[in-house]
Amino acid sequence: MIDKEKKTKAKKPKGPNKLKPKDRMKIPRQDMSAQDPKDRAHNFNEVPFGFTEEQALKEAARCLECPKEPCIKGCPVEIDIPEFIRLIISKDYAASARKIKETNSLPAVCGRVCPQEEQCEAVCITGKKGKPVAIGHLERFVADYERENNLVELPEIAPPTGRKVAIVGSGPAGLTVAGDLIKFGHSVTIFEALHKPGGVLVYGIPEFRLPKSIVQAECDFLADMGVEFQNSTVIGKMDTIDELFEMGYDAVFIGTGAGLPNFMGIPGENLIAIYSANEYLTRSNLMRAFDPDDYDTPIIRGKNIAVLGGGNTAMDAVRTGLRLGADNAYIVYRRSRIEMPARIEEVHHAEEEGIQFHLLCNPIRFIDDGKGWVKGMECLKMELGEPDASGRRRPVPIEGSNFTLDVDLVVVAIGNSSNPLIPQTTPGLDCNKWGNIIADDNSLLTSRKGVYAGGDIVTGGATVILAAGAGKKAARAMHKYLMEEVKK
Amino acid sequence: MIKVIENLQIGPMVWKMLVEVPRLVAKAKAGQFVILRVNDKGERIPMSIAGLDKDKGLLTIIYQVVGKTTALMTTVQPGEEISDCVGPLGLPSHVEKWGTACVVGGGIGIAPVYPIAQAYKEAGNKVITIVGARNKGLLFYEDEHKSVADDYYPCTDDGSYGHHGFVSDVLKKLLDDGEKIGMIMAIGPVPMMKVVANLTKDYNVPTWVSLNPLMIDGTGMCGGCRVSIGGETKFACVDGPDFDGHMVDFDLLTSRLGAYKNQERKAMKKLLEDPKCRLTKAVKEFKYPDEKA
Ligand SMILES: Cc1cc2nc3c(=O)[nH]c(=O)nc-3n(C[C@H](O)[C@H](O)[C@H](O)COP(=O)(O)OP(=O)(O)OC[C@H]3O[C@@H](n4cnc5c(N)ncnc54)[C@H](O)[C@@H]3O)c2cc1C
Ligand SMILES: Cc1cc2nc3c(=O)[nH]c(=O)nc-3n(C[C@H](O)[C@H](O)[C@H](O)COP(=O)(O)OP(=O)(O)OC[C@H]3O[C@@H](n4cnc5c(N)ncnc54)[C@H](O)[C@@H]3O)c2cc1C
Ligand code: SF4
Ligand code: FES
Repeated sequence: MIDKEKKTKAKKPKGPNKLKPKDRMKIPRQDMSAQDPKDRAHNFNEVPFGFTEEQALKEAARCLECPKEPCIKGCPVEIDIPEFIRLIISKDYAASARKIKETNSLPAVCGRVCPQEEQCEAVCITGKKGKPVAIGHLERFVADYERENNLVELPEIAPPTGRKVAIVGSGPAGLTVAGDLIKFGHSVTIFEALHKPGGVLVYGIPEFRLPKSIVQAECDFLADMGVEFQNSTVIGKMDTIDELFEMGYDAVFIGTGAGLPNFMGIPGENLIAIYSANEYLTRSNLMRAFDPDDYDTPIIRGKNIAVLGGGNTAMDAVRTGLRLGADNAYIVYRRSRIEMPARIEEVHHAEEEGIQFHLLCNPIRFIDDGKGWVKGMECLKMELGEPDASGRRRPVPIEGSNFTLDVDLVVVAIGNSSNPLIPQTTPGLDCNKWGNIIADDNSLLTSRKGVYAGGDIVTGGATVILAAGAGKKAARAMHKYLMEEVKK
Repeated sequence: MIKVIENLQIGPMVWKMLVEVPRLVAKAKAGQFVILRVNDKGERIPMSIAGLDKDKGLLTIIYQVVGKTTALMTTVQPGEEISDCVGPLGLPSHVEKWGTACVVGGGIGIAPVYPIAQAYKEAGNKVITIVGARNKGLLFYEDEHKSVADDYYPCTDDGSYGHHGFVSDVLKKLLDDGEKIGMIMAIGPVPMMKVVANLTKDYNVPTWVSLNPLMIDGTGMCGGCRVSIGGETKFACVDGPDFDGHMVDFDLLTSRLGAYKNQERKAMKKLLEDPKCRLTKAVKEFKYPDEKA
């Protein structure tokens, strides 16, 4: 009896949300309105429009404020989700955004690209009976609200410590480290190989999923705090890691991402109009080849295009191809739909737009049109066999199932290997057999004193939030190192 | 932003540009290249290192107008800036003491073989330099080459200067005459590099070539620059640009260089017709080789 009382007491909400749990459960999950699939298949504007304030308030009211807060543990960087939702209910959106930024510096980005359905929303209690709270949409809402209403406040910056930090790579990992270390009063320089900062956020993920103006705003914000950006600077070529120390940097963070595209290694792969996803997306996103009236970089526009792979990169490439004018845009993936690593939302968006899926299908050679261009692809049908090392059932070819797909553009999106440039030029920096830099799980310290690493260069291709999370941890460890072990 | 110190026409469609990039120049070595953008909406285009002034921090680029971006480069006045210049990219040319080393430069390739010849010389080699172009007007860098080369052989296709004929003729004669060459470095149009490589195969003389596929990032990230070397796919921007000429699939390279022909020509035509563009008369008269006929 007493126990039961205690339980109900503990469950009783105490925040600004006055609705009873029962009533909260009655509110339907709010959907973001989105561009019509027919229209958006021909433009590069962002697909979902984001919540209105009214929708955000309704959605926020669905949170049960569970005492165990499972969503926090579901988030790789443990954002205080119930608290940021309470701040939405109090209509203090800027405070809500600031709450998120305590653990995640890139909420406008993560609200758009995180696989919430596998993380926070997967464990949300509301989702056990109905649909989970739309945590990602709410995150996006507060971040956009804060930015669009110019409520982003420069955080207080500690007095200069006299310590200098070099960050290599300006993807989510590097940007996060920069944002945290500058607040502690260190001087921070980001070295970026490309002419624009942002990493995959600018060159990989398309405009229709993540507007580049948002990434630019994040970088501008860092610059306003005092972070120095040195773009068009390839570390390992211009300066080595050791030379950075000689130049007076006291610590270095390596966040160079997963750089080298994998190819299939099958005949005909070097024909014209066969791209790696990195090249295809870089041409379209970073170089803005989709807008030939204004920008100079060319891109091949296919009528019948095939994208090989089943991840986010493959979805981004195939949807880009559609927008560049394809009549038929295929995903060709060797496993079945449930093994596809892409976010469900993106697969869903792709389907709505008319992308066709050739599942359990693997190309074995590309066919030449006689002039050096690809005109087709011979494929084999596959079936699923025993589970492999990744736990997914291994696809095995069905003998004699060969067929030809007529395509005039192919994008290979089967993952990346690590870029060897920095390991090759940094003696004593240990890597694993795949060439990923080895770093401590908690401190992100590498085998070299004062050198930290995080993001895809350590984990292999992963997610924005994991890279940003690694950046958070690294910044903490680097601050400690700078203050305790670097004498000034 | 990168400051342009000098931008001079030195041949019918050939310009010499000096840019101020002291940190880059301090690190750069012969055989490497840079990638530049003229303006914020422009393409990233690779350019070989054609000279390094380490004291003044100046990089020399010799470029030929072949399309929109190179045409735009001609409009930049000394003192103005281009958007960016990243490098040094690629691996430096391999240099050791072979005894006698030979550089062969064709067309615009006359420029990048110059710093390589310098490096060969500094390593203690006797340097033979063979350069060739269609006619006398297209030959440049003579003083530079003469200052380094022990033997200097200019050639022109029309006989207007030096040897009447191709660089490969001169090279063949040297080899037939028993000149012991330890290494040949050939840079120029793909057909020229192919001819040189085919020739030296029979003589068993190591011959390296510098490949010029289309590139985007220049850091190994995109794979657009892939070339086939002995049947294996390599990324020219990080594994090269120098490769063993006897292993290169030149036909694939030629084919891939044509990937954007139609789009490039459209862009160039638009530029040539744009009344606002500051192109000089010489550039406005630009014609593609196949248009002249
Ligand atoms: C097309 C695509 C779609 C994706 N979609 C999603 C998604 O929806 N959700 C999600 O969570 N994740 C997604 N990902 C994965 C996610 O983008 C990455 O996990 C994340 O960006 C990794 O961040 P990072 O900071 O480690 O490196 P990156 O973002 O890769 O940035 C590394 C930066 O370092 C620079 N660099 C490399 N070498 C050097 C050098 N030597 N000197 C100087 N600079 C250097 C690079 O130019 C680059 O800018 C996607 C990835 C791709 C390619
Ligand atoms: C490593 C490397 C070093 C180079 N060094 C020099 C140099 O020192 N001087 C110089 O003048 N050029 C050099 N090039 C070639 C130069 O990059 C191209 O001429 C330039 O990109 C053409 O741009 P565009 O817009 O003017 O012409 P576009 O209109 O883009 O091209 C016109 C024609 O030029 C050819 N072309 C285009 N891009 C390239 C390319 N990357 N390489 C070769 N041919 C190309 C194509 O066949 C095309 O049809 C180099 C290329 C590489 C890869
Ligand atoms: S799990 Fe869902 S309902 Fe529970 S506190 Fe987190 S967001 Fe709210
Ligand atoms: S230019 Fe992109 S990998 Fe070489």
